[in-house]
Amino acid sequence: MRKARRVLLYVGVALGAAAMLFPFLWTVVTSITPHGTLAGGPTLWVEDPTLDAYRQLLDAMPMWRIVANSFGIAIASTLLQMVTGATAAYAFGRLQFRGRGVVFGLYLATLMIPLQVLVVPLFIEMTRLDLHDTYFALLAPSITSAFGIFLLKQAVEGVPRELDEAATIDGAGHLRIFWRIVLPLVRPALATLAVFAFMNTWNSFLWPLVVIRSPELMTLPLGLATLQGQFTTEWDVVMAGSVVSIVPIAIVYVLAQRHIIAGMAHTGLK
Amino acid sequence: MTVTTPPVEAAAVAAAPAPRKPGARTRRRRTTALWAIAFLLPSAVPLVAFTLTPMVGSLWVSLHDWNLISPMEWVGLGNYADLLADPETRQVFWHTVAFIAGYLPLVYVGGLALALVLNQAFRGRTFFRAAYFLPVVTSWVVVALVWQWLLNPSNGLVNQVLGALGLPQPGWWTDPTWALPSVILASAWKDLGFVMVILLAGLQAIPGDILEAARVDGANAWQRFRSVTLPLLSPSTFFVVVISLINGFQVFDQVYVMTGGGPGGSSQVVVGQIYDLTFRYGRAGEASALSWLLFVVVLAITGIQLRVQKRWVTHA
Repeated sequence: MRKARRVLLYVGVALGAAAMLFPFLWTVVTSITPHGTLAGGPTLWVEDPTLDAYRQLLDAMPMWRIVANSFGIAIASTLLQMVTGATAAYAFGRLQFRGRGVVFGLYLATLMIPLQVLVVPLFIEMTRLDLHDTYFALLAPSITSAFGIFLLKQAVEGVPRELDEAATIDGAGHLRIFWRIVLPLVRPALATLAVFAFMNTWNSFLWPLVVIRSPELMTLPLGLATLQGQFTTEWDVVMAGSVVSIVPIAIVYVLAQRHIIAGMAHTGLK
Repeated sequence: MTVTTPPVEAAAVAAAPAPRKPGARTRRRRTTALWAIAFLLPSAVPLVAFTLTPMVGSLWVSLHDWNLISPMEWVGLGNYADLLADPETRQVFWHTVAFIAGYLPLVYVGGLALALVLNQAFRGRTFFRAAYFLPVVTSWVVVALVWQWLLNPSNGLVNQVLGALGLPQPGWWTDPTWALPSVILASAWKDLGFVMVILLAGLQAIPGDILEAARVDGANAWQRFRSVTLPLLSPSTFFVVVISLINGFQVFDQVYVMTGGGPGGSSQVVVGQIYDLTFRYGRAGEASALSWLLFVVVLAITGIQLRVQKRWVTHA
């Protein structure tokens, strides 16, 4: 009875995992299937695998540059969100300045506005400043985040005040307390923020779609969508592009899996 | 000069501490304020430049007729009135609500089932958790493309399987009836792992002795789930519902890639409409007004949620 339940559990879990992983396998298979045989309906076993689709892909798009852009922008925005989040969190969580409540309220109100709502005016602003179609424009809306400031403020407030009082007596200033005491103690929250910031920027699509025109400034999601526009029926090329987009983030995921899942879970708990 | 002052000052402090103190306090307050400005500057500058400015700009644009090129023309609240009267606006909001209504139950029930199973101890659990989570880290555009291919009406995998089983083969994203369900299916597939992880964390926060007590009192597995697990999971459920509603109203990427809002506008959502109004039809004023309508809706939902939360969220 117990054994039967166990077997059932495994079968269920494995079926579920297959449903989650099979589309990825299918993507890879399609990308190495010769174009001619694709129309008749693809098969799981490829008779004569080919890398033609990948060659076509590299001819059509500066793929390596696009991968590098995605990484560069994602890393830059992650670092910026950590810096802007941690400094703001220290101010709100530790400094007793006049009007703190009002300023924090203003911050939250502004940051609650979704990017979707700001896309049109932000695009107009970038065009006016002649900054559209630049890396800077790509980065602009993800320099700071409500989520990050809020998450880190909670963490900063969790750091025992006695620690910085002791440091103050020892003559430490705010910079030193921030850097030496508070920052090391809020590292888990910083890690969670890093995970979210990286993934959000990595996957961001609407804003790059609006503000970027040059292929050499594109990020992966935009490059892929553009590719789909060019090769509407050539699924092997589109799937080759998908494989190129999946592999780097899959590697990052495998390496940092534990932190990513823990970071996500952390936000739901609070 | 300086050499002679300390004793005088010390005497002054000793004689009249009251007038000295506010001076020191003001000075300290002033330094704290300066430090606050310094610490807030890195976040305040981008906030003002890339959120506040466009926000105000957006309100301004929403009161004008503007095609992004020729000069703006003041129409007051005309854009808002036009939008509210336009059946297309109702339609895109309706599609967005229908998307959420299809997506949320799927992703919640699926995620809960996965979380319950993966909360049990068995070998290979970590691998399965990782596998279920992989779609979450994959970008929306990739997922949308892969599903567009899987749901390809003529030679996609899903229809081949359905055909082999002798079942009807829908036109999926090429058919107005099936376009939105196709997007819902792909979305639920992608987010299942995220919901699973949130609920799993919630399950692990439930104290084991409460479940044990229920077992001792003779509650069967279903009763324990119904009367202990589910109520104690309500904070996580609440989080999932709020996040899904907020994200659901802003759905765009998967719709844009899979259906482009078509066929014939049958799967157009609010953000898609904002994009098309601006960049396809050159009606930036109306698009800005629609953005504000969307924002008001999202804000209202968040407000209602936070109010209702107290009534149905149980904390252990």
